[in-house]
Order: sequence, then C-alpha cells, then structure tokens
Amino acid sequence: MELYKLTGHELLKKLSSKEITSEDISLALKKRIKETDPRVKAYVRTDKSGTEAKRIEARDNSALKGIPVSIKDNICTDGLNTECSSRILTGFKPPYDATVIKKLKVSGASILDLKTNMDEFAFGSSTENSFFGPTRNPWNLECVPGGSSGGSAAAVASDEAIMALGSDTGGSIRQPASFCGVVGLKPTYGRVSRYGLIAFASSLDQIGPITKDTEDSALLMNIISGHDPFDSTSACVDVPDYTKSLGMDIKGLKIAIPKEYFVEGLDPQVKSSIEEAINELKKLGAEIKEVSLPHSEYAVPVYYIIATAEASSNLARFDGVQYGFRAEDSRSKDESKLISMYKDTRGQGFGQEAKRRIILGTFVLSHGYYDAYYLRALKVRTLIKEDFDAVFKEFDCIVTPTAPTAAFKIGEKIEDPLRMYLSDIYTISANLSGIPAISVPCGFTKNDLPVGLQILAKPFGEETLFRVAHTYEQNTPWHKRRPTL
Amino acid sequence: MAITKETVEYVAHLARIQLEEHELEKLSAQLKSILDFIDQLKKLEVSNIKPTSHILPINNVLREDTRGESLAVEKTLMNAPRKEGNFFVVPKVIE
Repeated sequence: MELYKLTGHELLKKLSSKEITSEDISLALKKRIKETDPRVKAYVRTDKSGTEAKRIEARDNSALKGIPVSIKDNICTDGLNTECSSRILTGFKPPYDATVIKKLKVSGASILDLKTNMDEFAFGSSTENSFFGPTRNPWNLECVPGGSSGGSAAAVASDEAIMALGSDTGGSIRQPASFCGVVGLKPTYGRVSRYGLIAFASSLDQIGPITKDTEDSALLMNIISGHDPFDSTSACVDVPDYTKSLGMDIKGLKIAIPKEYFVEGLDPQVKSSIEEAINELKKLGAEIKEVSLPHSEYAVPVYYIIATAEASSNLARFDGVQYGFRAEDSRSKDESKLISMYKDTRGQGFGQEAKRRIILGTFVLSHGYYDAYYLRALKVRTLIKEDFDAVFKEFDCIVTPTAPTAAFKIGEKIEDPLRMYLSDIYTISANLSGIPAISVPCGFTKNDLPVGLQILAKPFGEETLFRVAHTYEQNTPWHKRRPTL
Repeated sequence: MAITKETVEYVAHLARIQLEEHELEKLSAQLKSILDFIDQLKKLEVSNIKPTSHILPINNVLREDTRGESLAVEKTLMNAPRKEGNFFVVPKVIE
C-alpha cells in the first residue's frame, strides 16, 4: 500500500484503527517527493531542506492525527523559510506562524518542512514567474501547472502531498486545481484569516485548501475557517461543520449558467466537458437555467487595476532594510545613498512580472490618473458584485468553466502578459465579489489534460459548494484518475 | 491614453525600482498594451455608481487599548540584512 496515494480522510481511518502511524505517512511521502519532485518541481529549496515533515506529537483525538500538510511559499511558518518564490525575500524566516498554520498545528497536522512553489508574490497564472524556476504539470511535464499556487496543485496531483494550502487573489487556487485535476477552494472573503499570508492584494486575497477530493477540502475548511482578532477583515460568522454538507443530494437545487462564460475564447474541448457536467447535474436533480452576468467582460480590466494598485502599496515594505535581499553596492548615483539602495534592491530583487505590476499599480494610483483608473475600477467592481447579488436572489449557485483552456505549454504565454492575464477570466469575478468558489475535476481533453468545473455561491455559502461538488464527484470518475509519473 | 517611456521611468522612480534600459523599453510597450486593454472600462457610464473598496460590510474594528504580546527585539531583527545592536542599519541619510 502506497500511503502517499491516499486522501487525508482515508489516512485518518487507518490512523484511527492504528493500522498505520503518522510516521509511516511522513516516510512514504518523503520517499515519493524524492522520487518524483526532481521532475515535477512542486517544492522549492529542496536542496537546502531535509524533506522532513516536522512531526509534532499528534494526539489520538486531534482532527488530523499527524497528517502532513504542504504549504505555499507565501504563508508564514515560524522559523521555516517563506520567500514567496522571490529573490527579494531570500533567506526570510518568519518569526511567527500564520493563523492558519497555528490552527493546523493545534488540529494535529504536521507542517511539511518544504514549501510549495508559486509565481513570485502570487503574480501569475503559470508558476513560471518563480525565482526558483517553473513547476511542471504532473499530467504533462511540458505544460504549466497553472498558478499562482502551481506548486501546491502539482504536489497534490502527483501524490507528493496529501493535502495543501494555497492562496487565491484572482484564481490562484482554482485555476491550478483545474489544470492539475484536483479540488481547489477559494473561501468567502473574510472566512479564513489572512494573518501571516504575505499580502498581494488585501481586498481580494484568501487562503484555501487544495486537495485530492471534496471531503479533504471540507476537513481543512473546518480547521482553517473562523474569526481572528489579528485580521480585522476576518468575519465574525459561525463556522459550520462542512463535512455535514457531504452526502446530501442536489434535488431541486437551482443552478445558474451565465451565458457570458460560454463565448469566444472558450476551448471547444473544455466547453464540451462543462456541458456534460451540467447535464450530469441535471440528471442528479438540479434545476438548470441560463442567466446573464452582464458585466463579466470588465472583470479582468477591473482586477488588473485594483490588484496592482493594492500590490504596489503592499510590496513597498520590501526595501532591503528589515528582511530579505539588499543590494549592497549602489550603482545609481544620482540620488541619496538610501534611495539608491532602495531602487537597486527592488530593481534586482523583484522579477519582471512583479516590476510590471508594481509600476502599473503605482501609475493607476498616481496623481492625475487615480479617478480615471482606480476610482473607476472600484465603481465597476460594484456593478460586478450587483450582477452576482441579482443571480443569488433566485439561484443557489452558479456553474462555469474554471479556466477557458486546459494547461498550456511552458513558455507559451510568458512573453505576452495580457494573454496570460486572460487565463483568469472566469475566476477573477469571485475575488472581486468576495464570494466563495470551488474547482472540481470534470473531464479530460484529448491530450489527457484535466478540465475543471467551477461552482460559485453567495457569501458564506461554502456548504452549498460542498453539497454540489461532492454530489457531482461521487457520481463521476474524474477525481480518481492520477497522472503516471 | 498613451503611456510614454518617460512616464514609466518616472513611475518606476516613484515606486523605487531601478530599471535597466532594456527593461524600460520592454515594460513601456507592455504597459501600453495593458492600459489600452483596461481602457475598455471607459465604455461604461459610472458617474452614479458607488465605489466598492470593501466587499463585505465591515466597520471599524476596535479593541481595548491594552498591552499584548509582541515580538522580542532579537526576533524582530533576526532577518535584517544589516543590523547593529538594537537597530536596523541603513546607508547614511544625513551627510
């Protein structure tokens, strides 16, 4: 029995019956990572780390009983390097744990000693913008795993992780989950504490689970959700037991299909998988109806104003003073030595996409352009939110493709940022509206690349997501397929 | 609205990012095409729409003004590229 292949809930059963110990799992996973990660490259700094799951003495009654969880490189882990896959955070060891890490530890999780790869500061949709080099898609090593949580998604898909955490600002959990054939959930804004998540765009960021199936997703959500006094945007809303939503049927559930998501740009193979999935949901008893989200086409431009504006402000803290990389010998001599140090540190420490976004964000916030860009984007954000509010008055959830295509080739879009940005066209609206959304596997293309189905619900409607996703999953074979590595 | 190379250079300075000449060329062209794309927002009439900066109804969150736990100096400084005693070291500011 290869333990690394199992899901968290399957391992929990074996741990409960004392058939195995958590150490058995850690050893199996360690071996798997050693064998396959040189090809997949889901983890970073593998040369510097011992690949040990930091074992804590798991109590028998703890929720996770010592099961290892893999963590994206932008979530702070006390004393364990957290570098956002960026040169500018080289060597950074957080002096504290993010709230989600604290909660996982309290629940008996082992936090893996290795972090998962990502686009630098979560800027990207392919994990190619990592200072450590790209992660590869386990289904086809020539393809990207999606991004920015590409490392977490690839690790779960290749059985190099039992379960993982990622972060999602415009699709960074769902799009890689779709590309890698795993389950990825972006919770409602405020559902999960962002304390200790290195900020990209504070009004959009959420941490969420990337798992092999929906039951594991619900298990992790039970642990990481809830109000946190250290995050003033976290919501004081009770956390239900999400596993209770599993196994409920979807008879009579009202599902909306937005017509704007099925237009030009949607790959025909993805489209046919989604249509089959919608038929399946219908067979399972859901009522399906087409609706309109009229402002959908504006989501990407709104996002690239708001997200870059917030990023330009959040990333001002990386200045070579408190942590990370500092350029020591200033080359630009025309200003004070301090300003030269800042400029050289940031010029050398950030990669191309980070520079592009910081400069764009600074521009849209600058005097004379604020009203034309930033303020206008905030107003269109209102319109996008109102589109969703209107649909949720009548429907329980919305179903769409997660991404317009399956995984693309490494290098295919990296030189054309605008084309890359459009790969998040279906995921961005959920962040702008603060609503929860899940991606579940729903088929494969002719080339054996996974396709993802996205389900969206109203704020704090995660239970509906689990109900629909789990019912669909239990009646389809897709989540059981694994890549050959 | 067209973004010029001079504007990019100036904004990069505001953002405290030193760009090499080839980066400046490439970024100016890329930012121009991104801004052209973003300009489709101008099609919408938004004068009567309220801006959304917070997606959920959140009011000011206050707590009692009491002392809590904080990081020790040693931990605060442990990641500093340069430090001396209890201080971060930066290049000389006053000549």
